[in-house]
Amino acid sequence: MNARFVPVRIHVKDHAAEFQRLGGIFDARWTPTTLVVDPSSSERHRIEGFLPKDDFASQLELGLAKAAFGRGGFDEAERSFEAIVRKYPRTDAAPEAQYWAGVARYKRTQDPQALAETARRFREQYADSTWAKKASVWG
Amino acid sequence: MAELISWFHDFDAGVEAARAAGKPVLLDFSAAPM
Repeated sequence: MNARFVPVRIHVKDHAAEFQRLGGIFDARWTPTTLVVDPSSSERHRIEGFLPKDDFASQLELGLAKAAFGRGGFDEAERSFEAIVRKYPRTDAAPEAQYWAGVARYKRTQDPQALAETARRFREQYADSTWAKKASVWG
Repeated sequence: MAELISWFHDFDAGVEAARAAGKPVLLDFSAAPM
């Protein structure tokens, strides 16, 4: 964890004042709430509530990929989103990652075919997901 | 074996460390026993 993030834990009781302050800034009103925040303090990803280990791990990877996307690292983001689909194919993170991999590829190449190909992938995989609906407009 | 995580408990110090390391902050609002 420390290799990829700087982990900050704010406890509802032990750090009550900080919980109040940051909970207001980031609109965190429930625990556990876990955010991936870039060094400019922009929120890149949010996980609310408990998740089993693999689901949580896949969400953390999604946060890292979104952080790369947010700083314009579209090549790194695309590779990271694709890795999530391969590594955690049965998690909720996978269809979301498949969607954002297509967006990152489009941002990197400016080729609309990247979006059309992503829409085609959704017809084969994760066709019932919300992300398939979002991608359906692409082709 | 569970991974040992070295947590900051001061957000501003965490952000400074993140800036220096070029990493994102994982900000965890928790009620779990410390």
